[in-house]
Amino acid sequence: MTATDVNVNKSSREYPVALKRSWAGWRFVAPFMAVFALVFLAPIAYSIYLSLFRTQLIGGTTFVGAGNYVKALSDPRFWAAFGNVAIFLVVQVPIMLFLALLVALVIDSGRLYGTSFFRISVFLPYAVPAVVATLMWGFMYGTRFGLIGNLNERLGLSLPDPLSADLMLASIGNIVTWEFVGYNMLILYSALRVVNPSLYEAAQIDGAGQLRVIWAIKLPALRGALLIATIFSIIGSFQLFNEPSILRVLAPNVITTYFTPNLYAYSLSFSGQQYDYSATVAIVMGVITMIIAYVVQLRGMRKGA
Amino acid sequence: MTATARRRHKPLVVRRRPARRHRRSVTLTLLTSIMLVYTLLPLAWLLINASKTQEGLFGSFGLWFAGDFALFSNIADTLTYDGGIFTRWLLNTLLYVILGAGGATALATIAGYGLAKFDFPGKKAVFAVVIGAVAVPGTALAVPTFLMFAGLGLTDTPWAIIIPSLISPFGLYLMWIYAADAVPDEIIESARVDGAREFQTFFRVSLPLLSPGIVTVLLFTVVATWNNYFLPLVMLRDPDWYPLTLGLDSWNAQAATAGGEAVFNLVITGSLLTIVPLIAAFLLLQRYWQSGLAAGSVKE
Repeated sequence: MTATDVNVNKSSREYPVALKRSWAGWRFVAPFMAVFALVFLAPIAYSIYLSLFRTQLIGGTTFVGAGNYVKALSDPRFWAAFGNVAIFLVVQVPIMLFLALLVALVIDSGRLYGTSFFRISVFLPYAVPAVVATLMWGFMYGTRFGLIGNLNERLGLSLPDPLSADLMLASIGNIVTWEFVGYNMLILYSALRVVNPSLYEAAQIDGAGQLRVIWAIKLPALRGALLIATIFSIIGSFQLFNEPSILRVLAPNVITTYFTPNLYAYSLSFSGQQYDYSATVAIVMGVITMIIAYVVQLRGMRKGA
Repeated sequence: MTATARRRHKPLVVRRRPARRHRRSVTLTLLTSIMLVYTLLPLAWLLINASKTQEGLFGSFGLWFAGDFALFSNIADTLTYDGGIFTRWLLNTLLYVILGAGGATALATIAGYGLAKFDFPGKKAVFAVVIGAVAVPGTALAVPTFLMFAGLGLTDTPWAIIIPSLISPFGLYLMWIYAADAVPDEIIESARVDGAREFQTFFRVSLPLLSPGIVTVLLFTVVATWNNYFLPLVMLRDPDWYPLTLGLDSWNAQAATAGGEAVFNLVITGSLLTIVPLIAAFLLLQRYWQSGLAAGSVKE
């Protein structure tokens, strides 16, 4: 993000004389900002407002100040939900990004037969809706007509049920990895494509091997892209909703109404009518997400300095 | 940081590296094929199983065809089941995509261009607010947005899906970065000298130069709208306004409800029909979005 700050500062000097500082630019930006205010800023303000009240069947709506926040922070269901996405973040995100990095480096090395076929095939799952991805994997996970069931039957194996309590988080992690590994690969690959070729020539003259080139040239060039991919993945993990929500049909006893913070906020609103508390849970998660994303960004930048 | 500043001066057109001599490796290709199997296997599974009847699904091996090839009868059944509701969901999805993703791309393009090519009071604030909003979990906004829209009487109407789809912060960011280099200042300046107004310059001169960036943003907003699940789940109760994603989900859940008819063959065939248009679009427009993305990544 700081990179673009630089961009802003620099560009004010680079503008052509005819386009010096004036209100003209607002004519272009205003339509976006008007809709943005309606669908981003107003809901944020409204949910902060909601989170300060509590509605009860008896007594109506009362102002409770930080009451809902105190309640959320000592709510075992909230922390159970948070625990699930935290594990998810620590395990799934590194695996996915490592796979994405590996594939991006291999494709960029130019040593594959059918490079573009690999690139597009690995990316393809990104075009598949989360609903379809989850339905497909859910069917395959099934022990009835799923692949797991088939394998157990044909090969006499007894593979564990991927939809059991022990394996559910891993099974969801697999679906999310499948959906997004190609997208992350493409972000990293795009960053590799713009490395200055003269660096590779210099390395070749110095007699550097492939691994040395990766370590000394490619990985440093990928730092920015990796940072962006990591931050997007953190936000994505904390927002986990679609996959567990759809798998609930297959495993209603394993996936609770508070399996992830978003699922919890959703059920509080739409099954429990507790809009005030639901808004509070959403805000707390939003703040935690922003803090972690910010810390990761700072650390990433510092390593870069 | 300095690296980024230096990079700004590189031309944005993504140049192919001068062809280095690579020794292609069979071993590496085979190893990477494991990844290929992982990403393509579920799609193959979907394709194979869309050709099975419900009985075939239960009675045959998942990765091979059952005796009877029922793909076409499945497609016909999917399109006619429950009074042809699938077709209605398809048309709804198209409506949301055309107005939502189309609108989002238009707003992001115009605003991105404005940010890249004009200096105006409050520009830094615009940047800060938009980037800050990206970090807010999108789903966290759904409940308050639902309550607001309910107050305005917009829930259970197409507007509840279209209006929130109009904003793509990622699209804005990409267009901003793209426009900064794709449209040379000299061209804008010379149009100015000719007496063209800002919007005339934008439509006649700048827009054609922005097209690879626009295609990229359009593809990503189309995917986001086509695949949207959470927003419609929150906003819509009436199945007549469902998009495909929500419709498929409801067919799948139907089997679990008391007295509901299990239509797994239709869920699978419907899933296949849902992903084919997007996969086709990505394959056909490869050249555009790959160069657009690469351009965006220069500035990260």
